[in-house]
Amino acid sequence: MWFRINNAWIVISIGCLLPLFGLLLDIVTNNLGSNPIQAIHIRLGDWSLRFLCLTLAVTPIQTMTKWRGMAEYRQMLGLYAFFYATLHVFGYLFVDHAGAWRVIGIDIIESSYIWFGVIAYVIVLMLAITSPKSAKKRLGKNWKKLHRLIYYAAGAAVIHYFWQLKGNLFQPLFYLTIISFLLGFRVLVRLKNRQLAKLMLPKGRPISLEDNE
Amino acid sequence: MIIKTNKAIPASEITDPLVFQQRRNIIKALLAGTLLPAAIGSVSANTVPQLRWPALTKSKHSTDIGLITPPELVKNYTNYYEFSFNKQDSTELAQSLHTDNWTIEISGEVEKPGHYQLEDILGRQTLQEYVYRFRCVEAWSMVIPWIGFPLVDLIKRLKPLSKAKFVKFTSIYDPENMPKQRINAMLDWPYVEALRIDEAVHPLTILAVGMYGDALPKQNGAALRLVVPWKYGFKSIKAIVKIELLNRAPMTTWHAFAPNEYGFYANVNPSVPHPRWSQFSERRLGSRFFTPRRQTELYNGYGEQVASLYSDMDLRHFY
Repeated sequence: MWFRINNAWIVISIGCLLPLFGLLLDIVTNNLGSNPIQAIHIRLGDWSLRFLCLTLAVTPIQTMTKWRGMAEYRQMLGLYAFFYATLHVFGYLFVDHAGAWRVIGIDIIESSYIWFGVIAYVIVLMLAITSPKSAKKRLGKNWKKLHRLIYYAAGAAVIHYFWQLKGNLFQPLFYLTIISFLLGFRVLVRLKNRQLAKLMLPKGRPISLEDNE
Repeated sequence: MIIKTNKAIPASEITDPLVFQQRRNIIKALLAGTLLPAAIGSVSANTVPQLRWPALTKSKHSTDIGLITPPELVKNYTNYYEFSFNKQDSTELAQSLHTDNWTIEISGEVEKPGHYQLEDILGRQTLQEYVYRFRCVEAWSMVIPWIGFPLVDLIKRLKPLSKAKFVKFTSIYDPENMPKQRINAMLDWPYVEALRIDEAVHPLTILAVGMYGDALPKQNGAALRLVVPWKYGFKSIKAIVKIELLNRAPMTTWHAFAPNEYGFYANVNPSVPHPRWSQFSERRLGSRFFTPRRQTELYNGYGEQVASLYSDMDLRHFY
């Protein structure tokens, strides 16, 4: 079993599906404006990025609030980021391009903003595949290293966002700010830990210290 | 699956825009059920606003007549950065613009410079309907039945001097009613576009004052806009208040903003991608989910008429 199932778990997992229900409702009621396909791309991409940010926010919030309950939802939030990213990709391939692979190939090769989307998706896909406990066990120490790639995924996703705009950068900058804060927090914690570790070094005798997070 | 057919759809089969716009009301009325005849009566009573030009002759340059985009899509999807960076929001925001008694200043290399009332200009023109494809640089497209007249007809009346090599168009500067001008956002205002003189006098190039049989909605560029169907949409400048004939090419708004991304020519060309995205295909508005994008045509499909203007040019260099 991947998850410990309880009431909160059920509520949160259904809550994470609400954006999808909202989108389906807008599709059925024809409420997506003149270019509904583009609206779907934006909506799904936005939610994928939001879930990535939420996933990244879990550890900093835990550290600041000393509330330990959140970590068990980090995996779920990450998988929802993957879920919305997958719908985003499928929407592009099938709803928009109807599986016309030649045109899709040309579109991807000629559109540099899509390259960053591909990078972000490949990373998120790898993390989703290695998400189960069994994979975590098998990968051992490498699992943590691999899953730090989530920062690269978030960065690539933001570039993917603003690289396709004509110049109005408000929304991508908003996400960029959040991700920078979250990353900055991690860096600060790491520096602080390192300094604490240094203070604790016994004097006079050389000693090697494991990287401590 | 798409079934391709070469047969043009006859104009008689095009849904009347009024019926189309009211389709939801009609459906609602049908659902309302009990008062069926009365309900339908009231819907049709609401749909009798007079069109300004209900039955104009179609220009012989019209294309894609059977594929006209539903008007409500065209009216709610405009890049009008003076009002908003959001294509829906400009629909409402543009309503504050005053488009009555529109005046156009004509200057530069012409014998007859001066300020002209739009109504006076229109009085001397024969209006026609021009059904043209419209391709945005953002890779979406529409088919719009414009109402207007060839730009060349106006230029001839102004008696250009031989020095006139370019035509520069300037949009209205009205920061009081245009929020993005008020805060000086993004582009250099007012919006400026230009054409080479041979492009400007080409019979496909029109000045439009209407669409779908009626006056141009404010968000679509009232009172007067340019339409150059073989170029990306940003060349087709809205709300023109000034036309100048010049000896030299003027700087244009998007070209000044990002010279490597938006060229002076901006001819639709699937084999010259924008630096950040492909121009190979386009999403035709109104097409359904799970239908492939349309493959973009060189000069937006008007190559037969306009390719000769650029026969000695490297289109990669002069994008």
